[in-house]
Amino acid sequence: MNAIYLRRKAVNRVALSLALGAAGFGLFWLVAILWTLLFNGLSSINLALFTENTPPPGGEGGLLNAIFGSVVMTTVATLVGTPVGIMAGTYLAEFGRGAKLAEVVRFINDILLSAPSIMVGLFIYEVVVVRMGHFSAWAGALALAVIVIPVVVRTTEDMLKLVPNSLREAAAALGAPQWKVITLVAYRAARNGIITGVLLAIARISGETAPLLFTALNNQFWSADMNAPMANLPVVIFQYAMSPYEDWRQLAWGGALLITVTILLLNIGARVLAGLGTTRK
Amino acid sequence: MTEIALDLSEDVTVLRRARRQRLQDVAFRTATLFFAVLVLLILGGVAVALIDGAMPAIRAFGVGFVTTEVWNPVTDQFGALAPIYGTLVTAAIAMLVGIPVSFGIALFITEMCPTWLKRPLGIAIELLAGIPSIIYGIWGLFVFAPFMQSTVQPFLIDTVGQLPVLENIFMGPPYGIGVLTAGLILGIMVLPFITSITRDVFETVPPMVRESAYGLGATTWEVVWNVVLPYTRTGVVGGVMLGLGRALGETMAVTFVIGNAHRISSSILAPGTTISASIANEFTEAVGDVYTSALIAMGLILFFITFVVLSAAKFMLIRLQRKAGA
Repeated sequence: MNAIYLRRKAVNRVALSLALGAAGFGLFWLVAILWTLLFNGLSSINLALFTENTPPPGGEGGLLNAIFGSVVMTTVATLVGTPVGIMAGTYLAEFGRGAKLAEVVRFINDILLSAPSIMVGLFIYEVVVVRMGHFSAWAGALALAVIVIPVVVRTTEDMLKLVPNSLREAAAALGAPQWKVITLVAYRAARNGIITGVLLAIARISGETAPLLFTALNNQFWSADMNAPMANLPVVIFQYAMSPYEDWRQLAWGGALLITVTILLLNIGARVLAGLGTTRK
Repeated sequence: MTEIALDLSEDVTVLRRARRQRLQDVAFRTATLFFAVLVLLILGGVAVALIDGAMPAIRAFGVGFVTTEVWNPVTDQFGALAPIYGTLVTAAIAMLVGIPVSFGIALFITEMCPTWLKRPLGIAIELLAGIPSIIYGIWGLFVFAPFMQSTVQPFLIDTVGQLPVLENIFMGPPYGIGVLTAGLILGIMVLPFITSITRDVFETVPPMVRESAYGLGATTWEVVWNVVLPYTRTGVVGGVMLGLGRALGETMAVTFVIGNAHRISSSILAPGTTISASIANEFTEAVGDVYTSALIAMGLILFFITFVVLSAAKFMLIRLQRKAGA
C-alpha cells in the first residue's frame, strides 16, 4: 500500500516539476529573444536611423525610406482590409446565425487566418504583379490587406456575439430597422473589441515579410510612388541581415528592435482596450 | 372628411418610410453577404492563382516533380522532393519539441499556477506568439545558430553521433545552420499557438469532473492524465494540428537558418531547404517561366498540405466545442 502511495506521489512530483520546467523554458526564450534584440539593437537606434535613407554597403545611413514604406503599406492595407473584415464579420454574427453559408465562411476564414503568408504573396504576385508587369507598393499593400481581413472578421464576429440580444431587441422594439440596430447599437457596444481586432491585425502585418518579398519587393532609395517598388522594414531587415556587411547587419538589428517594440506596444494597447471593454460588462 | 384625409396621408408617409427602411435593410444585408462571400473568393482565388501559375511546371515534369530531387536552374530541371522532405522533417522536429513543452506549460497554467500569475503568464505566451517570424530568423541566424555550432552540435556528434544507426542522423561537421536548427526554432515558434489552445480546452473541463477526481484522492498528475486529457483529447489534437500548420508554412525564420541546400541528407545537422524557404530565397531571382512556375507549383503543394492539416484541426476543435456546448 505504502509503496503505491509513494510511487504515485513521486510520479506526480516528477510530472509537475517537468511542467514547471516547461513554463520556465517557454519564458526563457521570450526573455532571450527580447534581450538580444535590446542588446544588439539599442546601439543602432539614433537620429540617423529615422532621418536618412538606406545606405549602400559601407556607407552611412538609416532606415527612413523603409520606415516610411512600411507605414504607408500598413496604413493602406488596414484601410482596405478593415471595412471588408467588419462587413463579413457582421454577416456572420448578425445575419448568418444557423446559415450553412455562414458556417462555410467561418471555416474558410479560420483557415485563411493560419494559412502560410507566403502563399498570399504568391497569390498577389500572380493576380497583381504579373498583370501590372512590375512590382509595386499597391501589390504589397493588397497582400497585407488579405492578411488583415481574416483577423478582423474573426474578432468582429466574436465581439458582436458578446453583445446581449436584449440590447438589439430593445432597439427593435423602438421601431429601429435592423441596419440601424446593428450600426447604431451593436457596433457601439462592440466598438472596443472591434478596435482591438484591428490593432492586432496591424501588429500582425507590421512584421510580415514573406508576402512583401515579391509584391512590394524593396527599394534602395526614397520612393512615395505606390506604382513602384517600395522599401519596407521587414524586407530590408531580411536583406541586410543576410548580407556580409557589418554596418548593414547593424542596421538590421536596429530595424528588428523597432518592429518588435512597435508590435509589443500594439499588442499591449489592444489588450488594455479589450480590458476596458470587459470591466464595463 | 379632412381629418380622415390627414390620417391617410400620415399612413402613406409611415408606409413609405417602412418601405425605405426595408430597402435599406436589404441593401445592408446584401452588402455584408457580399463581403462574406469575398472571404470565400479569396481562398478560392489563392487556389486558382497557384494552379494557374503551376501549370507550366506540371506540364513539363508531371508527377515526377514530387518524386525527383534534382534542382538545376541551368538545365531547367526541377524536382520538389528535397524541399518537401525538408518541410516535413523540420515540422516533425518542431512538433517533437513543441508538443510536450506546450502540454507542460498548459498543465502549469491550469493546475499549478497561483491565480495572480495566470494572467501575466498568459500574456507572456501571447507576446511570444506576436513576435514576427523575421525576428526569430535574425535571432536564429546570429545567436542561436552560433550557439548550436559551438555547443550543441559538437556534443551531439560526440555522443549520439557515435552510436550505430543514429550516427547517420547526427553526422557531419557542425555547420550551425541546418535542418535541426530550423526545426528547433520552429518548435519555439509553435509553443504559444499550441499552448494557448491546450490551455483553453483544459479550462472547458467542468470543475465537477475535475473535483470528483481530486475527491477520490487522485494526484494532480493523475487528474490531468486520466481525466482532463481524455476529456479534451480532440481539442488538444486540434491545437497540435494548428501548430503543425504553422510549422509547415513558416517562411522567414526557416529561410534564415536552414542553409537553402536542395538535397536530401540523412543527417539533420546538414543544411537543407523547405518549400517556403526555397520560394522566399529564389523567387525574385528565378529567370525563365519554368523556374518561376516550379516555385509556384511548390507553393501549390504547400497549399494542399496546410489546407488538409488546418481543416483537420478545425474539425477537431468544432467537435470539442459541440461537446462542451452540449
